This record gives sequence, C-alpha cells and structure tokens, in this order.
Amino acid sequence: MNHPSASGHDTPAGHGDDALHVHQGSLRGYLTGFVLAAILTVIPFWLVMGHVLSSPWLTISIVLLFAIAQILVHIIYFLHLDVHSEDGWNMLAFIFTIVLVVIVLGASIWVMYNENTNMMPMSPQYHHHTE
Amino acid sequence: MNTTAIDTAGTAPSRFICHEEPPVHNGTLLGFWIYLMSDCFIFASLFACNAVLGTNYAGGPSAAQVLDLPGLAVNTALLLISSVTFGFAMLEMARRNQRAMLGWLAVSGLLAAAFVGLEIHEFAGMIAEGAGPDRSAFLSSFFTLVGTHGLHVSVGILWLIVLMVQTGKFGLTEANIRRLRCLSMFWHFLDLVWVGVFSYVYLAGVLR
Amino acid sequence: MPEAMPHRAAIWNFLFGRLSLDSLPFLQPDLEGRIVLVTLIVVLIGGLAILGFVTKKRLWGYLWHEWFTSVDHKKLGIMYMILATVMLLRGFSDAIMMRAQQAVAFGPHMGYLPPEHYDQIFSAHGSIMIFFVGMAYITGLMNFAMPLQIGSRDVAFPFLNNLSFWFTFWGSILFMVSLFIGDFSTAGWLAYPPISELQQGPGVDYYIWGLQLAGVGTLLTGVNFVATIVKMRAPGMSLMKMPVFSWTTLCTSGLIIATFPVLTATLFLLSLDRYLGTHFFTSGFGGNIMMYINLIWVWGHPEVYILILPLFGVYSEIVPTFSGKPLFGYSSMVYATVAIMIMSYLVWLHHFFTMGSGADVNSFFSLTTMMISIPTGVKIFNWLFTMYRGRVRFTVPMLWTMGFLFTFTIGGMTGVMLSVAPADFLLHNSLFLIAHFHNVIIGGTVFGVFAAVNYWFPKAFGFKLDEFWGKVSFWCWQIGFWVAFGPLYILGLMGVTRRLSHFDNPALQPYFVVAAFGAFLIAIGILAFVIQIGISIKRREAYAVGNDPWNGRTLEWATSSPPPDYNFAFIPNVHERDAWTDMKKHGYQRPMEGFNTIHMPKNTAAGAIIGVLSFACCFGLVWYIWWLAVVSFVGVIAVAIAHTFNYHRDYHIPADEVRKIEHTNSWQPDTAEVRA
Repeated sequence: MNHPSASGHDTPAGHGDDALHVHQGSLRGYLTGFVLAAILTVIPFWLVMGHVLSSPWLTISIVLLFAIAQILVHIIYFLHLDVHSEDGWNMLAFIFTIVLVVIVLGASIWVMYNENTNMMPMSPQYHHHTE
Repeated sequence: MNTTAIDTAGTAPSRFICHEEPPVHNGTLLGFWIYLMSDCFIFASLFACNAVLGTNYAGGPSAAQVLDLPGLAVNTALLLISSVTFGFAMLEMARRNQRAMLGWLAVSGLLAAAFVGLEIHEFAGMIAEGAGPDRSAFLSSFFTLVGTHGLHVSVGILWLIVLMVQTGKFGLTEANIRRLRCLSMFWHFLDLVWVGVFSYVYLAGVLR
Repeated sequence: MPEAMPHRAAIWNFLFGRLSLDSLPFLQPDLEGRIVLVTLIVVLIGGLAILGFVTKKRLWGYLWHEWFTSVDHKKLGIMYMILATVMLLRGFSDAIMMRAQQAVAFGPHMGYLPPEHYDQIFSAHGSIMIFFVGMAYITGLMNFAMPLQIGSRDVAFPFLNNLSFWFTFWGSILFMVSLFIGDFSTAGWLAYPPISELQQGPGVDYYIWGLQLAGVGTLLTGVNFVATIVKMRAPGMSLMKMPVFSWTTLCTSGLIIATFPVLTATLFLLSLDRYLGTHFFTSGFGGNIMMYINLIWVWGHPEVYILILPLFGVYSEIVPTFSGKPLFGYSSMVYATVAIMIMSYLVWLHHFFTMGSGADVNSFFSLTTMMISIPTGVKIFNWLFTMYRGRVRFTVPMLWTMGFLFTFTIGGMTGVMLSVAPADFLLHNSLFLIAHFHNVIIGGTVFGVFAAVNYWFPKAFGFKLDEFWGKVSFWCWQIGFWVAFGPLYILGLMGVTRRLSHFDNPALQPYFVVAAFGAFLIAIGILAFVIQIGISIKRREAYAVGNDPWNGRTLEWATSSPPPDYNFAFIPNVHERDAWTDMKKHGYQRPMEGFNTIHMPKNTAAGAIIGVLSFACCFGLVWYIWWLAVVSFVGVIAVAIAHTFNYHRDYHIPADEVRKIEHTNSWQPDTAEVRA
C-alpha cells in the first residue's frame, strides 16, 4: 500500500513510514566500502592473471575466500544490513537464505559429483559429442 | 452455547480494540528485501549448474580459451563504481538534494549501461567465434548465468529511468523515496551477485 | 499448408507460427479426437451458458468492479477457491479416465485410450492437481483467513495479490487451452528430460509456460504474505500469540520464497534447451539429465510441505474449536512447523535414491527423511491431546479432521517405509509410491481443504454449508480413498510400476477394477460437495448464521459474516493467544459508536490487464507466434510502468460510512449455534 504524502495522518514520529527511518549510510561508509571492495577485487585478479601461485586449487580457494569477504563488505557498507533493520527481519531472512543457498549449492555439487563418479565412470569431462 | 454478551450495542471503552487507527507500517522495503532473497535462489540454481556443468567443454573451447579477463576487469570496475555512485545518490536524497541525486543516478545508469554494452560485445564476439551457448554445456551455463545477471542490470537501468522521470515530475515524495530505496537495494544486490560471477565463473573458471 | 504457395505459407507462419488446423485435435477422426470434441462441446455449452447468464443478469460490470479488479484479500481468496474447485473437476476427470483405462486394458484389450493420449492425461492430472488445485486451494485459504486472523485490513501489497491471482488464473487457462489447441506434455508432471527435451510438439511448452505463470504468481504471494505477517499484525499480537494457521502461512510463504525461484530457474533452463538449443539437460554436448532431476526436486520436495503446512494450520484451528479447549502444545506446534520448514530443504534426494548417488549420499538423505517425520508426529500427538478430554463436537469440519488423522498417519508411515533407501530400490516408481503420495496429499491436503471450506464458509458468506451432503461427501471420499488406493499399495508391493496404459498379466485386473470403483466413490464425494454448495446457496436464508457460529477462538470470528471490506471497524488489541476467546471471556462488547475514518487500497485493473497480456505472450511462445509474444511482452512492461505512475492508490472510508455499515450488519446473538 502506498500512502500519498498528502495523507500525513499516519506518520507519528518513529513509527510511520519506515522508508524515512532506515539506515542511510554515509559518505565515509561508501568510500570505505569502495576501497575495501577494490582491494578485494584486485588481489584475486592479480593472483589469476599473474599466475602467482602454482597450484590452481589453492588459487581457486583463495579467490573464493576473497569473494566471500567482498560479499560481506557489500552487505555491510552498501546494503547496510544490520541486526536492527526492520526489527531484525532483514537479517533473519538473509540468514535463512544463506543457509538454504549453501544447502542448494553444496548438496547439489555433492550429489552430482557422486552421481557422475558412479554413473559415468569413464570421465566426468565427458568429451565425446554425438548429435 | 455461545451466549457471551455480544448482542448489545455497548459503547463502553474496551481494552480489546484500538480506539484510534494504529500506525500503518509500510512493508515495501521489507517485501523488496524478501524478493531479493528469492532472487538469490534463481542465481543459486544457475551457479549450481555452472558448478556441475562448468567443465563439460564437449570438445569445444575451454573457459581459459574463451573468457576475456582484461575485459572482465573493466566490467567489474564499472559495476563497482556505479554501486558507489548510486550510494552518493542516496546520500543526496537523504539531504533532499534532488538535482545532485538525479545527477548521480544518471552517472550510475550510464556506468551500468556501459557494463551491459561491454557484456553484449563480449557475447557477440564469443558467438562469432563459434563459442555460442549451444556449443557445450559449459557455454550454456556461462551464457545463462552471466546473461541472467546482465538482464537484471538492464531491468535495473529501465527502472532507474522510470524513477528519474517520476522524481523529476513529482519530486521526492514519500512514495518516490521508498522506490528509490528499493532500487538502491536492487543495484547493490546485483553488484554483490557480480562478485560471485567474476570470482567463480571467470577467475575460478579459467583455472578449473 | 499448400506447398505451392510459399508466399501464403510464409504469411501464415508469421501470423500463426506453427499453429495449423492439424493442431486441433477435435478435428481428427480418431477416438482421441472424438473424446476431445465431446469435451469441447460440453465446455462450450457450459461456457456459453455461464456467459449468457452473466450477460442476461447484467453482471459483467459487477464482476469487473467488485471481483476481477478487486484487491480485497477475501474476494481474491474466494476466487482462488473457485478456480481450484473448477480445476479439481478437470484434474479428477483425468483421474477417472486413467482408472477406467487401467481397469479394462488387459491382455488383448488395449483399452479406450491410446498410449500417447494416456500419457498426456497422467501428465496433466499431476501438474493440474499440484499447481492449480492444491496450490490454488491453499493460496485461497491463506488469502481469506490469514489477514483476518492477524487482525489487519488487508495484505501488505493488495495490488500484487490481485496480480498473483491473475497469473495463476491464466496459467491454468494455458493448461486448459492445451486440451483443445495442440496437445499436452507426455513427460509426466515434472517433465523429466530427455522426454521433455525431445517431444517436439507444443505440449511441453504449454507445461513450461503455464507453470512459469503460476509460479511467478505463487512467489509474489509468498513475498506478500511474509510482509503482511511481519508488518500488519494487530497491536499486541506477538509472534507467539499468533494463531497456528497464520504461523503455518508464514512458514509456507518462507518455503515458497526459497523454492519457487528454483522451479522458475529450472523450467527456464529447460525452455532454453528447447528454444535456443543450449545443453543443460541434453545427453550430448556435456549436458546432464540428472541435474534437471536434482534441481526440480530441490523445489519439488519443499513443495509438498508447502501443500501440507497450511492444512496443518487448519487442523490446528479446527481441533481446538470443536474440542472447546486451547490447542495442546502451542509452542511445540510452532517449533515443529519451523523445523519442518527448514528440514524440508534437506530431503529432496529421496525422490531419486535409485539414480546412483552412492551409499553415503543415500544414507544422509535417508536419515533426514526419517527425521522429518518426527516433528510431524509431534503435531499428530498435539491434535490428539487437544481432543483428549475435550467436548468434541462431530461437525463436518471435525469429521474431515478425524479422517485426516487416520488417513494421513498411515500415509506418513508408508513414507517412512519409502525413506529406507534399499526398500526404495524396490518401490521406486511403483504403484506403492503412487498410493503413498496420494495418501498424504488426499488425506492431508484435500481433506484439510474440505475441512477448511466447511469451517470458514459461514465466515465468508454468512450461512453454513449443508451438514447432510457434507457428511455424504466426507464418507464417499474417506471410503473411496481407501478402496481406490488400497489396491495400489498391494500392486506396488507386487512390483507393478506407474504410468502404464496396458497390462499383460490378467491376474492384476481385479485390483484395478476395485481401484476404479474407489475412484467412482470419490467421484460421488466430489458430486456431493458440489450439491452441498448448491443446496446451501439455495437455502441460504434457512442456513444463515451469526458471526461466530462455531464458538471460534481466533480473530476472524470477531467480525461480521461476511466481513466488511475493511475487516474490522476497530483494529483489535490482542492480549492473549486465542484472542477472540479471551475477548468473549471478558465480556467484550462490540462498540457501535466512535468510529474512525478507515484507509483502504483502491481496486485496480492493472492486474487483470497484465494477466491477459502475459497469457498472450505465453501462448505466442508456445506456438512460435513471435510477434504476439513480443508485442504482449512489451505490453506487460508498459502497463506495469504505467501503473507505477498512479500514486493515488487508496481511499478513505469516512467514519459515518463505517458507522452505517456496522449498524446494518446485524450483530445478533448466535442463535444458529444450536444447529452445530
């Protein structure tokens, strides 16, 4: 329901429209977030493009850790998610989502890895291509 | 059985009702956040496909052969900067500084448009080289995941234009502020998804 | 198309895509064509009769202004219930055709349905029953009851609610159109590849786009309900004072938000494979068929809990009301619901134990599947203990509830049998599985829907449903269910697999004949339900009741029947669980003075228009009529944007008007209660 601004009768202080009372962020916050995000972006690019580490799996792991760190930076500095927004419901929804997304991704990969191993023992790479 | 006293037109004040209309809590921002959470599951499904199918090259080009990391760096920078400029727009909005806000919004929109343009260019180049989405399961999942993100950004740009028109026309009304906040969440959310895309699909992809 | 005139063919192809006169099955001379032709004639006669009636009574304006453009959650709820009931008739026609075919198709007799027609029927039956009967019923119930229970005036996003309805509605129309234009998918209710990838005709595309429309509608509903429950509960109603039905609505909506996007994504990938030649679920080029099955069940298993949780809520309202006691173990009920919500996301692999994930993966999902039966068991005991030492009134809603307790518990136990992975290797895809899931879906969801309809009908319309026909319906369903599915359990244990249109072994025939008889009993049950509604409408004066005919416990009984547009003249102030019981206990008197101006959302036509346009878009996509798809898609965007330029979406009901309405709504003592 949208309330046209003309009908100002339902906005007693602190209770009315939550859009006007959310955490706004600050210039300092956005700049901090930007610098952190830039650092967390440059390092993985450098690791991959510069072939810094000899082990690809180690590089992948580090890249993914940096990705998680950067996602946290975005959530804190850009999306302003904290335990207080919307009485904690935003955070609750977010945690619920993260848990289930991890389940979807993790279990899918686990299940499909096992199925590929068991059911296509030749090669998971599956190179042959037939029409 | 049910003979409780509810049959008379009593007027005595009751503690069981609100005699004044209670304040209305607008649910738009929460609802939009929940929608974003549901969008996470769309992307999760596409990421899962990329994880499972991402090395199925089927004799076609591998990720290391087709993915353009310098182009990716430019794109990532564009999106990150547009995220920050959108933040600046929100700060100006908080100060009710409509012109500056519209300026920063325009900057954000142009950066995002450049992002989409570069992505289309990248896609067109790959398809021209014979590395289109129908070449292998890897390329199907690549085009779909990156394309779905690009589609979201395009929708964001369209939405941005509509909101700029509406703010220009009707000013920073309560409804418009709420809409801009929703778009702001959408904008930052897409940047967040992009972190996953460039890290997992591109950077990790070329090493897998 | 005449080959000699390529020019005309090109124009035809542009205008109509791959649609041609050959795509109209009722023009074909075979038996299938005849069946479809007869159905078409019946539908046309019925449809014309309804259209004629509406036109004659000059009801179009009323329907458009009061219903189709309505953003009132109660009216939308009722429209969902009507849609679901119509689709139940369609889905059940499919069921009885299958039962009839399997009862006769033995040995030399091939039955009356050719295999490709039979395959369309079981595919349509499954998807219609889940998406347009089950989902529509629960969405209707949640829409109608939840905002009343939490003491709010409407949902958080009334326009979105209307839009959701129209998406669901047009999705169902797409399914119905497939009956007469083209054919339907033969790939089963989940459209497994490779069949769904290889079937060339429009059938699978009908399936995909019908479900995409309905799925988006459902997702928007989920978002809407969570925001409603979080933001719009009456003052004083903390979460742990919320009625259990509202709790289950919250958890169901949470599950919808977490799963329907996965369905959308999976069907989207399937459509990319079909339309653009990508290789997600192909057998060549690195595609992986098993990934489809994995993803679709990531959605599919939580979906069955989406279908049952709201009905758990319904039972949790009905049992205390008719036992005259508060619900036993309210908190454990809430925790069990939340536990089921989370755990339902951890069991999906039990749908494909046999696909070869290996012992460790299978063991994990086997254990989680067994564990999820624990919170469900907790609930069963809670309902039993609520009834224990209560003064149980055996009304129709209560009968359905007791039928549920008996039937669903057995269905749950056969589910635990299936959760044992080695046993599942024998029972997978057998009729035992069919019997099991019908046991829980009919015994849980369908019984719950009928319980809820009988329970809330007097609230929605101000008169009760006929008791006699309600009982006839109940007993026909209850007995018919066991006669229909008992033989399927036995056949499944004997190794008979599902989806067969013909059998060689004549020794199986008696079982199928008995099952067909059971389906016939259920048909009488459905007929009795329709008669029950018809008779009650006819005798509505005699069946009229007051506002609280059952001596209810929750807030929906605190307002008029039917409730006014604004639900409550004064928003309730909640102090206890079972708020209405608390109010009655303290001698609450309904105030007749001192009304306030009430702020309400305006009706809007945007939802209905977007619904029609998205139907046109999907129809164009099904038949490759690209101009139609593009034009209507642009139309959808344009209407949506235009709608956002409308800032005046609410109006005020002046206090005088409220006063008038409140004084007109007779607020008499519930003399009708004696009929209970």
